[in-house]
Amino acid sequence: MNLPKPFLTARQTQKVGYAALAGIAVLTVIPIIALFIYILIAGLPAISWEFLSGFPRDGMRSGGILPAILGTLYLTLGTALFSVPPGIAAAVYLAEYAPDNGLTRTIRIAMINLSGIPSVVYGLFGLGLFVLFLKFGTSILAASLTLSIMTLPVIISTTEEALRSVPTSFRVVSISMGASKWETIWRIVLPQGLPGIITGIILGLERAAGETAPILFTGAAFFLPNLPNSPLDPTMALPYHLFVISTQIPGMPIQIQYGTVLVLLTFVLGMNLIANFIRSRARARRHW
Amino acid sequence: MTSSNPSLESTRPPARRTEWIITLLIRVAGYLSIFYVALISLFLLKEGLPALTDVPLSSLAGKFWYPIEGYYSLWPLIFGSLTVTLGAALFAVPLGLGTAIFLSEVAPKWVKETLKPLVELLAGLPSVVLGFVGILVLSPFIRKAFDLPTGLTAFTGALLLGWAAIPTIVSIAEDALYGVPRSYREAALAVGATPWQVIWGVTLPAARSGVLTAVMLGIGRVIGETMAVMMVTGNAPVLPSGLGALFGPVRTMTATIASEMGEVATGSQHYQVLFLIGIVLFALSLIINITAFMVSNRRTQRVERLLS
Repeated sequence: MNLPKPFLTARQTQKVGYAALAGIAVLTVIPIIALFIYILIAGLPAISWEFLSGFPRDGMRSGGILPAILGTLYLTLGTALFSVPPGIAAAVYLAEYAPDNGLTRTIRIAMINLSGIPSVVYGLFGLGLFVLFLKFGTSILAASLTLSIMTLPVIISTTEEALRSVPTSFRVVSISMGASKWETIWRIVLPQGLPGIITGIILGLERAAGETAPILFTGAAFFLPNLPNSPLDPTMALPYHLFVISTQIPGMPIQIQYGTVLVLLTFVLGMNLIANFIRSRARARRHW
Repeated sequence: MTSSNPSLESTRPPARRTEWIITLLIRVAGYLSIFYVALISLFLLKEGLPALTDVPLSSLAGKFWYPIEGYYSLWPLIFGSLTVTLGAALFAVPLGLGTAIFLSEVAPKWVKETLKPLVELLAGLPSVVLGFVGILVLSPFIRKAFDLPTGLTAFTGALLLGWAAIPTIVSIAEDALYGVPRSYREAALAVGATPWQVIWGVTLPAARSGVLTAVMLGIGRVIGETMAVMMVTGNAPVLPSGLGALFGPVRTMTATIASEMGEVATGSQHYQVLFLIGIVLFALSLIINITAFMVSNRRTQRVERLLS
């Protein structure tokens, strides 16, 4: 019996297939590299001390972006304040206390849902609850609270993973020496998991720092002549400022736009690099 | 001696009482996620549901989104979201899955360790930066390439959002492929399959629920994307006709909320309808995420059954 000869042998098919997969991967990655190089080259000439430390002038068509930089800093710190303590506590509950039952599964489903809700819907919710119902107004406080709920699932899940990676034997030894459960968590588990927890916090805040839609109606201002005086004032912020100068203002000098993108990316990716640095250093040092 | 039966509470040393309080706080924090999801649903419903009674149904089910004249049809917006999302999926699913298979099954270690951080870098890119690049680079290119009157089209948005959804698809699909036990692959290799045949015949089918989850969450990310899509799709809430719609301007549900909420009076019909759109988006994301959770959960249960 003669089988028909296949067009390609199995080995040849494999070669073609592998080449195609490599091509797809390259196609995905090249625009990423190109994008960062492009922004770096186009943005660098705009960066100067005046640009970083000055106020916008001439309807934002010249001058600096200091209020936007500081605003993003305030929002990031506010978000940390409202998301880090409850996030770590929730992760401790899930990693150390939660029984494997329906309620715990409901918590997990809720977390997955929180991380999947569109950012603009968070904006609506923040407007409804914090700005209008609780009467915080369009403010740093309302925007930080909105961002903190969005950040919470990231912090919980990464912290939980960090806590779970601490070997059980550490807990067993601590308990057997007479420490209570909380003492064990506070003295042993949390310190051992700290690098992972910090990495998770930074990654969560990185996302919050770059978001625009949740702060659109909860705290972001188009233009402010002064810096905010209290958490109840609105603020300018880098991502929203970039949106404004790239779509809302005709005749906007392109240099300022590129410079703003570069500063925003440096802010966000700088946090990313720090997080990865802490993670890899902790991994190298780990002796268990 | 006054009490013959001292209760445990009063003899409890202070340290244990502190511990009891801390444990209670931790437990409350644990339930916080459920509380927030409930709170979000409550406030969206509270602000958005009145639209169903206050706005005439003929307007909601009509054909036009033209709020100034009282036309609040969601159809043009739903259509806008659908066009962009389908376009993005057509682009992101093959590229994302291909990259995931390449990283997990084919690439040597050093290639994998170079490419993966780059893909993660894309995941951290703020939406507004994506939109900025879309306006400045992608949209002029598309206008020239297809000879269109404007480069701000549904297609531009689909391309940009598809690209932005790739990291989600890659990381989840790669996890799923990585989770396939080595023994599956070795068994197939031992009976003479080539590594390429193993990928398609064994590894991918074994990881299919995780791959499905990856695709679903990638699509979920595209539907919820706001700033980038608002900046590059041209802001035209019209019901399109025919396939040409892909190369014309549209407006998605998310972009409509973002661009109009700033200018409406609190409690007005327009305000209520924008919250109604929020409810639709919220419900969509619930459906997608719960389904994805159940699909990936079924996988672990099946593996546990196999291993027991």
